[in-house]
Amino acid sequence: MREAAYNFAYLDEETKRMIRRAILKGVAVPGYQVPFASREMPMPYGWGTGGVQVTAACLVPEDCLKVIDQGADDTTNAVSIRKFFQRTAGVEVTERTAEATLIQTRHRIPEAPLSEGQILVYQVPIPEPLRFLEPSETETRKMHALQEYGVMHVKLYEDIARNGEIATSYAYPVKVEGRYVMDPSPIPKFDNPKLHRSSALQLFGAGREQRIYALPPYSAAVSLDFDDFPFAASKAPHDCDLCGAAESYLDEVIIDDAGGRMFVCSDADFCRTRREAGHAGQLAAGEAA
Amino acid sequence: MYVAVKGGERAIDAAHAWLAEERRGDQAVPELSVPQIREQLKLAVNRVMAEGSLYDPDLAALAIKQARGDLIEAVFLIRAYRTTLPRLGGSVPVDTGAMACIRRISATFKDAPGGQVLGPTFDYTHRLLDFALLAEAAPATPSAPAEGSATAPAVVPHITEFLNRDGLIETQPVSDAPAPDLTRTPMELPASRALRLQALTRGDEGFVLGMAYSTQRGYGRTHAFVGELRIGMVAVELAIPELGFAVEIGEIELSECETVNQFTGSKTEPAQFTRGYGLVFGQSERKAISMSLMDRALRWRELGEDDSGAPAQNEEFVLMHADNIQATGFLEHIKLPHYVDFQSELELVRRLRRAALAGAGGQDHA
Amino acid sequence: MTPAALSGGFSDTSVQAARAFRAALDAMARPGKVVALAGATPPAPLSVAAGVLVLTLVDTTTPLYLAPSHDTKAVRDWITFHTGAPFVEPAAASFALGNWSSLLPLDRFSIGSAEYPDRAATLIVELASLAAPTARISGPGIAVQAGLALPEVAAFAENHALYPLGLDFFFTADDRLAALPRSTRVEAA
Repeated sequence: MREAAYNFAYLDEETKRMIRRAILKGVAVPGYQVPFASREMPMPYGWGTGGVQVTAACLVPEDCLKVIDQGADDTTNAVSIRKFFQRTAGVEVTERTAEATLIQTRHRIPEAPLSEGQILVYQVPIPEPLRFLEPSETETRKMHALQEYGVMHVKLYEDIARNGEIATSYAYPVKVEGRYVMDPSPIPKFDNPKLHRSSALQLFGAGREQRIYALPPYSAAVSLDFDDFPFAASKAPHDCDLCGAAESYLDEVIIDDAGGRMFVCSDADFCRTRREAGHAGQLAAGEAA
Repeated sequence: MYVAVKGGERAIDAAHAWLAEERRGDQAVPELSVPQIREQLKLAVNRVMAEGSLYDPDLAALAIKQARGDLIEAVFLIRAYRTTLPRLGGSVPVDTGAMACIRRISATFKDAPGGQVLGPTFDYTHRLLDFALLAEAAPATPSAPAEGSATAPAVVPHITEFLNRDGLIETQPVSDAPAPDLTRTPMELPASRALRLQALTRGDEGFVLGMAYSTQRGYGRTHAFVGELRIGMVAVELAIPELGFAVEIGEIELSECETVNQFTGSKTEPAQFTRGYGLVFGQSERKAISMSLMDRALRWRELGEDDSGAPAQNEEFVLMHADNIQATGFLEHIKLPHYVDFQSELELVRRLRRAALAGAGGQDHA
Repeated sequence: MTPAALSGGFSDTSVQAARAFRAALDAMARPGKVVALAGATPPAPLSVAAGVLVLTLVDTTTPLYLAPSHDTKAVRDWITFHTGAPFVEPAAASFALGNWSSLLPLDRFSIGSAEYPDRAATLIVELASLAAPTARISGPGIAVQAGLALPEVAAFAENHALYPLGLDFFFTADDRLAALPRSTRVEAA
């Protein structure tokens, strides 16, 4: 039940209107970071305040909300944010990706393809893809205005020269609709292909940095690469030890003092759904035998 | 079957319960009341009000109690509360010239009309632990009223105005334009002076102090003198359009610092003193002085000075990093799980090591 | 201000505004999609959809241009009472509201700047109907191709040519709403 002491979805109406206008402009200019007057929230900056503000501005009472952190619904911060919206918006919550109408995420895109009726809200720490190449906001703003993205290609190329491959494994930049270079938030680059032409609306909120941006459904989001060094999504070369999935992103878990490890799907719902359907990985099978 | 241990609702609830117990501490010791904090830890209350951007000593004291004395956590509580408050209107600019000063000092003149008023300051105390305060039965009240405390606080003119009469100090343009509000508008750079001052007054005291200190040590030197530091109560007035005049809605305590800085002039402008300005809620004079040094350092562009490349002259650097709620949130968020990103780094490093070792003809023992 | 201006607003603001925004977001994110809005009964000639959209997005911080077709005392009073939006000339407007012919020419409105393309006006265009598509559209938000009832084609194609600058449009008819962001390519059907 929603607590009556709070406005629906916590934020006051003036704040929600301001955020909603920013979201609409973000949708109209895919990949462009719209400045917005981010508010202090009851959780700290860096813990999802941008995502929480975007979610609060989008929620309707009919929504079914899923919150994940590292792909899992039961990570502490995901639990905390989900509880916050149960209290302040009274919305239904779920751990099932397919049931959710709005999913707030930190660091992952669910494995199951999203559908037309869904919105995926990302928590973003540093929205500016050029920030670590150019610390000044005044300068990076000019670089986006002039499409001066050469510095990014130089950085990626230097990676190749030094390491033989691009040494960026998460928060891997994409070019949106051939115009803006965008930070997809710190998702592993394994997830980058899921950004591209998704059926769902993808919204990005950076609270501390006061930016909102968007990928409308079916938008092109192409990972930066070179003809001779094409982008490759990578993951641990294993199958999930619980559900046997070969094509999902895996967490490596150390299971004993000798350093023994297992690999399990980072997307908890994906793994459970597969196990419920009868799939089993080598550890699960061993127990069943 | 192995199940990875992850956090969850029960862990959070247990942590909250433990936190509440720790906050209370030993039950044999009487619990602190909010009025006790408000009255006896007043400088902490002032800091929480200043950095929380909300003038309410009771709420600030409550926040300090709830935050177990962690002042940044208390500021956070105040900020999160403040953001939900409706805006009923903007006050008329406060008149610090009409301040009822409990403290007013100038370092630039031996004496001035109105005199130097030391007020309740630590300045000339010897920093010796007073073990009398340790005694459980410390006297409830000071033995005798301090000299001067019985007299009404004085209303005295600003000392920098004496310099102004001779044209020795720059004149600041007066404007009735509404002040920007960085809590309602995203920060846009370059920032106006009003916006910079706003960011500084709610900025972290330690950060602003450190940056100001760096200007004194040569990183963007501005040769500041304290023209005047004053502390006292001022009236807050709200203009009521229906009435056609302003109505006093309360009083707040402020610390105001005006520094006087050397400026050699240029081909077009005669040599003149320039100003740095600091204004902070409550008795917060370290912050007010730091703020005025930073204000002056950040004015290099409008005064036609050179950018020496000092951090204190870099507006973007200072304004983007002064807010301790932004800083502490982002800094502490690295406690959150990052294992997904770490996993992708792990695989990258393994792959790079394999490639490097294969190239060197060695073996990967990883 | 007439008593009529005081009625016709949201009765449960936070929830009605949330639903209206969600529908408007759906429309802007999927150009060509027609959604329904409800919750307000504005004075004529303001449609229900335009009235609801104004209540949802406009306030004291968003200057509004009322085109001649909608610049009536009843509409002004209603918007003033419910939103407090300042009425301004086209160049200063965040939002503009009117029928198509009275909003022309479009070059009076802000299209944003290279560094801040978001500082462009949003136009709310009242149409008689959104039922019969007259243009083929493609771009972000559209799987392959969609149709939309537009008052003309050339103006929107020109607007798209300004991308990433340009105007963004909502179209309203009765309680229906559709949208056309600047990112959408427009051709005659």
